[in-house]
Amino acid sequence: MSTLLKVENLSVGMRGSTGVVVPVLENLSFAVEAGRTMALVGESGCGKSMTALAIMRLLPEDFVVTSGRILLEGEDILSASPKRMRSLRGNGISMIFQEPMTALNPLFTVGDQIGEVLRWHSGVGLAEAEQQAIALLRAVQIPAPEQRVKAYPHQLSGGMRQRVMIAMALAGRPKLLIADEPTTALDVTVQAQIFDLLADLQKETKTAIVLITHDLGAVAELADDISVLYAGRCIESGDADSVVSHPCHPYTRGLLDCVPQLKLGPRPPQAWSDLAEIAGMVPPLGARGPDCAFLARCREASELCRSRLQPALEPITDDHAVSCWRKSELAA
Amino acid sequence: MTTLQAAAPPDSSEFVLNVNDLVVHFEAGRKRPLQAPSFVHAVDGVSFRVRRGTSFGIVGESGSGKSTTAQAIMRLVPATSGQIVFGERNILDLTGKGLREVRKHLQIVFQDPFSALNPRRRAGEQIREPLDLLGIGTPGERDERVRRLLAEVGLPPNAANLFPHQFSGGQRQRLCIARALAPEPDLIVCDEAVSALDVAIQAQILNLLKRLQRERQLTYIFISHDLGVIQQFCDEIAVMYLGKIVEQAPAATIFAEPRHPYTWSLIAAAAPPGPTREALKQHYLVKGDPPSPVDPPPGCRFAQRCPSAVDQCRKSLPLQESIGTNHYVACHRAAELLPPSFDG
Repeated sequence: MSTLLKVENLSVGMRGSTGVVVPVLENLSFAVEAGRTMALVGESGCGKSMTALAIMRLLPEDFVVTSGRILLEGEDILSASPKRMRSLRGNGISMIFQEPMTALNPLFTVGDQIGEVLRWHSGVGLAEAEQQAIALLRAVQIPAPEQRVKAYPHQLSGGMRQRVMIAMALAGRPKLLIADEPTTALDVTVQAQIFDLLADLQKETKTAIVLITHDLGAVAELADDISVLYAGRCIESGDADSVVSHPCHPYTRGLLDCVPQLKLGPRPPQAWSDLAEIAGMVPPLGARGPDCAFLARCREASELCRSRLQPALEPITDDHAVSCWRKSELAA
Repeated sequence: MTTLQAAAPPDSSEFVLNVNDLVVHFEAGRKRPLQAPSFVHAVDGVSFRVRRGTSFGIVGESGSGKSTTAQAIMRLVPATSGQIVFGERNILDLTGKGLREVRKHLQIVFQDPFSALNPRRRAGEQIREPLDLLGIGTPGERDERVRRLLAEVGLPPNAANLFPHQFSGGQRQRLCIARALAPEPDLIVCDEAVSALDVAIQAQILNLLKRLQRERQLTYIFISHDLGVIQQFCDEIAVMYLGKIVEQAPAATIFAEPRHPYTWSLIAAAAPPGPTREALKQHYLVKGDPPSPVDPPPGCRFAQRCPSAVDQCRKSLPLQESIGTNHYVACHRAAELLPPSFDG
């Protein structure tokens, strides 16, 4: 498989009121192949959504790419013209946003909104666009698509709106789909359906998916590769099985441990035992020093960690890399 | 004489809250003028009892009526009929002074800590507000209690002078908890209190809630859609679907021997990854969304999506029946349907 998206040493900064550029993302590198799924995992404020917006070239006004390259099939999209970007969005890359209610236009029917993508990119007429929109709605398992195509977003449930978002994102047959917390706003039963749907569609279309989430456990099944971000830095990355079953960085371990996993079958009634927690919170922008970003919250931190800079992301096995000074001790 | 006291039968005070056939309907407008209006059956005959010092979990999809139940208990939405007995009194009958008196003992923590706090008032004032409104203590005592509460929920003393936007999401939820604790309530309703938080912060807040429960003998009604959290946190669990409780059991029972097809579907969706999950999803995960709660059809509310539904299910409404110790299920076919196996 060829590499579809390649992000190399991407750094993004925020221009403050005084003109100082505060780092938001630092030296982020990853690659996604066609037909595979890459998950970006971390808490709020770790830079997951900023990565997605940088790839879409939709960064908010004060945010600038300070270094690095983003290559889509070898083409550097950071230097692409606005016109080229318009034709890439929807066709080459598309994005499913977190909140379908705010991402859909309340004044147009879902058919119009899906049709817009089709008419823009494949130049089909109104009638043909509606037919294709119906087919897309059927593909994302919306019942009675012939009627639903004429519905406005407020007439649909949250799960249906998210399916419409997916249909819209897939309308231009993108090579890369970015899904930013696509199921956070949804019920668990609907979540499971949406993940299954994404996996099925991916099998058919060979679309590459970049999946953004804060719940590491939830993506374990869907993702092929995982990158864990912390405070704008990638601190662990590798094969999904390897990262989830042998997490090495204390932050990744913390993320996995702090989620109460559902346990099925007969068990003796148990008294409450405190959940493992990661004390403190992600350092805010501008308060990130040159040393290991996780230092202040790390239970494993030693004197050694305090005296050095942010460790490099170095491999511990062929398909698993960790940025931690104590990785060899912790991996053992 | 101590033996006599110990032998006293467990009286009604074992249960803090007794909800009896609670119904909340909202008018949803008329299709045509002069026609009778339709009603959203948000909560449709819900009964449960909450034991003192325990956590009672309510789980269900959006639209199942779990938040409306919570709001009816807090008297934030008017109940259509039923009883909510707290202590000795039906709180649905209370007005004015009586209601204020009960609210000292009954508090709520909402899902979104940002919209639950006033952005223009300092944190300390907001924690103090229930004390001022309910007339608890002297002004000096109130300030002292605010200081104590901040420390208790793990916030620095200077937090009292800050505004909500100066806190992170987790800290804001700590503020909301401090405010709910201020009048020293017996029962706190947590309406999706950790759902909007990141997983790492969620664990911190859950640990905090449990510590407070131990220290203050608090009772919680804990509403969530996350089964993993519910299982760990709660002693008893009610599963709601379209305004009805379809199954209710102690936490240990409901995840070992669930008896309602809807509970199976929820469990299948949330089961830990692996072959068991795949098998469960294959057999038990239902498709689609719940139907509209506006004028629901007769029969079991789940019949439209239930893979095991028979004619009877679509015609008559199943009643809650006891099928084990504290285990109740509302399903016509509960006796014949076998619960899923979780062995793989």
